[in-house]
This record gives sequence, C-alpha cells and structure tokens, in this order.
Amino acid sequence: MSEVLLKIEGINKRFGGLHALSNVSLHINKGEIYGLIGPNGAGKTTMFNVLTGLYTPDEGSFTFDGNDLFRAPPHVVVNTGIARTFQNIRLFHEMTALENVMVGRHIRSKANALGAVLRNKATRDEEAEIEAKAWELLRYVGIEDVAYERAKNLSYGHQRRLEIARALATEPKLLALDEPAAGMNPSETESLKALMEKIRDGGVTVLLIEHDVKLMMGLCDRIAVLDYGKKIAEGVPEVVRKDPKVIEAYLGVAHE
Amino acid sequence: MDTNKKLAVFIASAIVLAVLPFVVGNTLGNSWVRTIDFALLYVMLALGLNIVVGFAGLLDLGFIAFYAVGAYTFALLGSPHFDIHLPFYISIPLGAGLAAMFGLLLGTPVLKLKGDYLAIVTLGFGEIVRIFMNNLNAPVNITNGPQGINLIDPIQIGGVSLGKAIEVFGFSLNPVHMYYYVFLFLTVVVVIMVYRLQHSRIGRAWVAMREDSIAAAAMGLNIRNIKLLAFALGALSGGVAGGLFATFQGFISPESFGLLESIMILAMVVLGGMGHIPGVILGAVVLTIAPEVLRDVIGPLQMHTFGKMIVDPENARMLLFGAAMVIMMLVRPEGMWPSKRRAAEFKDAKKG
Amino acid sequence: MDIFLQQILNGLVLGSIYALIALGYTMVYGIMGLINFAHGEVVMFGAMVTITVVTSLMNAGVALPGPMLVLIGLLVAIPACMLLGYSIERVAYRPLRGAPKLAPLITAIGLSIVLQQVAILIWGRNYIPFPAILDHETIEIFGATITKLQLGIVALCLLLMIGLLVVVEKTKLGRAMRATSQNPAVASLMGVNVNTIISATFVMGSALGAIAGVMVATNYDQAHYYMGFMIGLKAFTAAVLGGIGNLGGAVAGGILLGIIESLGAGYIGDLTGGFLGSHYQDIFAFAVLIVVLIFRPSGLLGEKMADRA
Repeated sequence: MSEVLLKIEGINKRFGGLHALSNVSLHINKGEIYGLIGPNGAGKTTMFNVLTGLYTPDEGSFTFDGNDLFRAPPHVVVNTGIARTFQNIRLFHEMTALENVMVGRHIRSKANALGAVLRNKATRDEEAEIEAKAWELLRYVGIEDVAYERAKNLSYGHQRRLEIARALATEPKLLALDEPAAGMNPSETESLKALMEKIRDGGVTVLLIEHDVKLMMGLCDRIAVLDYGKKIAEGVPEVVRKDPKVIEAYLGVAHE
Repeated sequence: MDTNKKLAVFIASAIVLAVLPFVVGNTLGNSWVRTIDFALLYVMLALGLNIVVGFAGLLDLGFIAFYAVGAYTFALLGSPHFDIHLPFYISIPLGAGLAAMFGLLLGTPVLKLKGDYLAIVTLGFGEIVRIFMNNLNAPVNITNGPQGINLIDPIQIGGVSLGKAIEVFGFSLNPVHMYYYVFLFLTVVVVIMVYRLQHSRIGRAWVAMREDSIAAAAMGLNIRNIKLLAFALGALSGGVAGGLFATFQGFISPESFGLLESIMILAMVVLGGMGHIPGVILGAVVLTIAPEVLRDVIGPLQMHTFGKMIVDPENARMLLFGAAMVIMMLVRPEGMWPSKRRAAEFKDAKKG
Repeated sequence: MDIFLQQILNGLVLGSIYALIALGYTMVYGIMGLINFAHGEVVMFGAMVTITVVTSLMNAGVALPGPMLVLIGLLVAIPACMLLGYSIERVAYRPLRGAPKLAPLITAIGLSIVLQQVAILIWGRNYIPFPAILDHETIEIFGATITKLQLGIVALCLLLMIGLLVVVEKTKLGRAMRATSQNPAVASLMGVNVNTIISATFVMGSALGAIAGVMVATNYDQAHYYMGFMIGLKAFTAAVLGGIGNLGGAVAGGILLGIIESLGAGYIGDLTGGFLGSHYQDIFAFAVLIVVLIFRPSGLLGEKMADRA
C-alpha cells in the first residue's frame, strides 16, 4: 500500500498574461521515482519552482508529509524535506566541492554567530560532524576524489553529482532533480540512473524532470505529463506512453 | 607556512606591536602614536564593514552611521552634556547594542535590494542619521547640533583615568600610549571574532548567499536572517569603534560622520582586499597612515620644488584618494591583498 | 494655505531642474545599468565654468546684456561638460564593462571625489556668487511670486525635454539608443556601434547637466564645489521615482520630487508640531528614495520586472 508523500491540487500560476500552470493536480507516493515530462515550455520547471518555494502559486493546495506547504518560503520547504537541483546547475562556483556540500548541511545544523565566535565544544563538534557528513555524501555520489576542487573546475558530470550530493545533505524526504541528465552521454546517463535508483532504495523519494523519454520510461515508477501548463496524463509509464493525448502533445495530431 | 615559522612570525609581531608606541613616540613624536591609535580604530571599523560588504556581499555606503550611534551614545552617557557619567564598560556595550539595533533597522527594509540600489539607500540612511545628529538641538537639545559634544570622559580602569599621563616604573605613559594598548587588545579581539565568523557555518552561509542567493535559498538558508545578521554584526563593530572614538578624542561632532567617512571605510575594505581579513587590515592601516604622511610631506615638497603651495595638503590628500580609487579598480580591482578565492574570481571575470 | 501655491511654484522650478539632471541619470542607467555617480559633478562644472566665463567677460569690459553673457558662458560650458562626460565614460566605465558592479561604482565615487578636488584647485572652497547680471523681477500669480528668471528656467527645461524626446523617438540616433538600452548584443548585430551610442548618451546627458548647473547657479545665485553631490542625489531619486530608464519618468519624477520637497519644507514645522524645522528639507528626498526603492522599485512609470528563477 503506497503512502502519499506529496499532493497538489488545482495549482495555478500566472505570470502577467501567461498562464504557466493551469489547475494542476498530482500526487507522489513515498519511495517511488516520479517523473515529470512534457514538451518545452510545458511548465515543468515552473512546477518545480512552485514545489520548492521559489515561486508563489496563485491558487491551489499543496501538502507534503502531512504539512501544508502552500506558499511556504524556500527555507521552510527545505526544512520540511524537499530539496532540489537546478536545470542549469547552480553550484557555489568559487567554493570547493566539499564546501558546497557543507552548505547543504546548513539547515540540519544550528551553530549561531555566538557559537562561531566562542568556538565552544558544541560548535566544534558540530563542525566536525558537518564535514564528516559532507565527505560521506561525496563518497555516496562518487566524487570524493575532487573534494578540494573548486566547483567551477569540475567536469560537467561531476558538477551534476555534486549538486545532488549538496541537495542530499539537507536530508530530504523528496529529492527533486531538474533535468539531471541534460548534456550527458549514454554511459553517464546510465550511471546517473543507477545513482537515482540507489537514492530511491535508500529511502528518498525522487521527483524528476527529464527530456530523455527512454530514460524516464525505464526509470520512473509513475509519470505525469504536462502540456501548456496542464496535466494531460498521469500513471505508470506503460500506460502513459500509449496515451493518445501524450502522443499528440509530443508529435502533433496524426493525419489520417 | 609550517608551525615553527608561524610561531616565529607570531612572536616577532607580538614584540613589535608591544613596543611600537614607544619606538614611534620617541622617534617620530606622540602625534604619530595618535595616528596609530586611529589606525587601530579604523581597522575595527573596516573589519566591521567587511562583514557586510566582504562576507555577505551587501554594499553599504552609510556605515559611518553606526560609528556615529556608538560615539553619540558614549558621549551622551559620559560627558557634562547631560551630566551623566557612566563607566565605559556600560556605555560602550550600550552604544554597540544600540548600533546593532540600527543595523537591523537599516537591514530590514533593504532585504530585496541589490548592488547600486542598496548602495544608494544605505547612503541615504547614513545621511539621514547625520542630518538628525546635526539638527537634534532644538526644540530639545539632544545632540547639541553642529557644535557637537566635548569634554567626553576618558576611559577609567580601576580608578586610573587614561586621559592623563601616568608614571609607571619611571616611564611616563601618555594617554596615546595607554589607549593604544586598549585599542590593540580590542582590535585583536575583533580580528579573532571576525576570523572565526568567516570560518564557520555562518561564514559559509554568507559566501553561499553572496555567490548565488537563489541556490542558497533552495538549500534552506534563511536569506533574510543571514542578511540581518551581517548588518547587525557589522553595526555592532561600528558601534564599539564609535564609543572608543568618542572617549579617545574627547570631542565629537556630526562633521566626523559624513558620507566621506563611509566612502573612506568602504575604500579601506575594497582597496585592501574585500573579504580578506589581512587585506582589510592592510587597507585600513594604509589609508589611515598614508594621508598623514602625505600631509607632512606635500607642503614642504611643494615649497621645495615650486617655491609655493599650489595644492593644500587636504586638497592633495583627497585628490590622491579619489585617484587611487579609480586607478585601483582599473588596475587591481581585487585589492592590494585579496584572498586566493577572490583573486581567482576576478581573473575569471576578466577572461570571461 | 497661503504658502501652498508658493511652495508649488517653488517646487515646479526646482523640479524642472531635477528633471533635467535626472534625464542624464536615467539615460545612462537605461543603457548601461549603472548609476553615474559623477553626473552631479558635471552639473557643478557647468555652473562653475559659466560663472568663470561670465566673470571674465565682465572683467574684460564686455558690454553685453546679462542674458547674452550667460549664453556665451553656456556656449563654453556645454562643450566642456560634454567633453567631461565623454572622458568620464572612457576612463571610469568603459574599461570595467565586464567587471562586477562594485568596480564601476567605486571608480565613479573616486572620480566624483577627484572632480570635486579639481574644482577646489581651480575655484577654491568658497561659495562663488553668480554675477548680478540677471534681473530678478518678480511676477505675481494668485498671491504667489515667481521671478521671470524662474519662469525662464521652467520654459527652457520644457523645451529641452521635448527636444530630447524628439531625438530619442524620431531620429536614427534615438532609435539606436533605444535598441541598445533594450538589448546591446542584438543592437550591435544590427549594425549599431554600441560604444558610440554609449558615448553619445553620456555626452547628451552632460550637455543637459551643464544647462541644469547654470539654472541651479542662477536660481540660488551661487555655486560651490560640493553642489553636485546633493543635487545629483536628489535628481537620481527623481529618476528612480519616475521609473529608472524611462525618460518620461525622469521628468515626472523630477517635478514630483521638487514639489514634494517644497511642500515638505514649507509644512514640516506644522506637521511635526515644531519639532522638525525646514533644515530637514534634504531628508525628504532621501525618504522618498527609500520608500520608492522598497515599495515600488520600478517607479511610477517603470515596468514591473517579473522575477524569474
């Protein structure tokens, strides 16, 4: 019996005249890999930004793990357990890989300015713990060798993994990945797929936007399809891929 | 640098700093010791502004307002003006606390502003504070307006006033010497404080916010609180320095707290090496000492070469200051002594 | 109510001058995205140069009517300021085009200081009186007074603003300026020499600034090396109030700010029960600036920019 982790209903988001998200409802179950696909401009990244608190939805409801996150600001969203990566990779480029992940630990630690200045035992212990956890995460995604490299000097594949490690550092219940496989060759995509399955198996639910339809069909437990801001299909991959509305959205109407 | 070398440098510096006032006083005169005292004060100020500008990346062109708050608080609580004479260990923390509150007051409305706009608004705040200081002498005389407040109490430690020379072991300790040690001690405290902040969870959060505040927010950082913390801590340092200034100089007026002073401190941070503690210290020292050297040199130099004064020392000093700002940004925008990280940032910006 | 109309008229005069200076700020911001901190000093130079020329002519015994002398002064000051504006852009801004925004801000501030000090070198630290060659004959309008000179100022400002509008909307140069302010990369692909356009923007703004400087000097009968700072800041506030980058906004903002300041200065005593006096006048501009930037950063006529992540 799958338990619902995230549920949105009737989400609307407008930017002036543009109706980016139109009455979107979907739910994500605990422990699954959930995919969000759709043609360019369908509203996938907008949906992401709404789910992670960067955009404020105009209407609708949004519950996550029993919490109401409708219009919650980003730090509340992250604290409640949703973490994300970005389509165009937003790492802290001048910080090292290790430091990037340590920033991810920020909300799971609490040393304040006073503690920083006094460097009391509790603060020092916490710092050590933050660093240890960061190393653990770097190892988890397989980039511990480049821990001391500045993020901007890392290879593209390493940067993607680093962003995932940083997001995992916030101890999310849901990890939202915005096109993590973009620009990757087939073998890189395979290892990314393996990583995502590892993350899912480790108990973290995964939400994923991707254009690689083959990857999505093979990886996701359930998929939602957006087109022009509306959800046009939701379900298991086998069913969704055959849905005529989905085919039409991607390929256009078949001419008889 | 290995540990032994570090230790040697540390001990050497400690010895130099310990005897500096006496060496300088006996060779160049006590007015130069006074200059060094001011340099220490400015180091504290610059390090405070560095938290806001260097660490958090928030452009503040009105920082002097916090200095003013700290100074006036001390002056009002320790002078004949209201005839209150609280000891320094109350009025300085009080001034610092009040300054920190002003920091929060300034920070709260400007949270969404960036870059030029933030600079202009903070400039406006600084000017507003100065205008109030200059005019709050009627109908109720609070600040004594343009005349300022004088006869401010010197620091009293254990019954000994630092405002008068005292005899110790046959040595005559001048106030400028005694204040030097007080300032040096506090400067060291500030340096340690700022260094620890930089290398902490908070310091990382500031860098993350400065680099990419959206990504930082997406990692759960409470951007609002982090910014306010920077403003408050910066203001706190400014307030402490302000209180010390009031008691050291014995006299304050709104003139000392204008836009030019804010610009001066910003220049110390930026030209020294924004975000880099040693660089900021260097910037503060150079920008305090160089004008004094210039003042002593420029007059005689002109008389010698031209036979008359073309440019008065103040004029020359400001001219060179302005030119230095322009030239530094064109030639070495990362500052005199930047951190490796910042130097790399600038190199990439030039390439890209 | 007795001072209301007077303050409105005062505000109109002041506001027209602010508008003229604000146009310089807004054009540069629209095209380069930066605040030309040194613009106020160009205004100051315009005033100082004109006074110097007029005084020299008078000392040389040139017997021309007052307004003619001022005109000759302007004919010298305007090109001088245009050259100054051009140089400021070449020296302080162009080399730093790719740099983080902090760098041009610092150079601008530094240049501002340098220009003020050069002014001290040339003209000294004292207030320079404007030669008493213009008559301050007053006209009465419904009980409020305004001098012919002030009316002239308002009229000239109006003329110049219309002229600028014509240039921007109807000429090839104007079209190129608008294109560059919207998208420099594409404009350059369309054959626009972006560097030339930017220089032209600075030069035009400086010309207007020179004229504004003379207006300030004649309105207050004096000039001073530091006059550029405060008036520059206020004009910038006006530009922001109206919507930065928007020419109509600069004009509207200027007039509005002038009136707000005048009314504020006139009524502040009554409003605060005598606690704050009219020497708090400068605070109005700052208060307006702060309020606008916090609550409506796009200004009155500016576009609201959506924040896209």
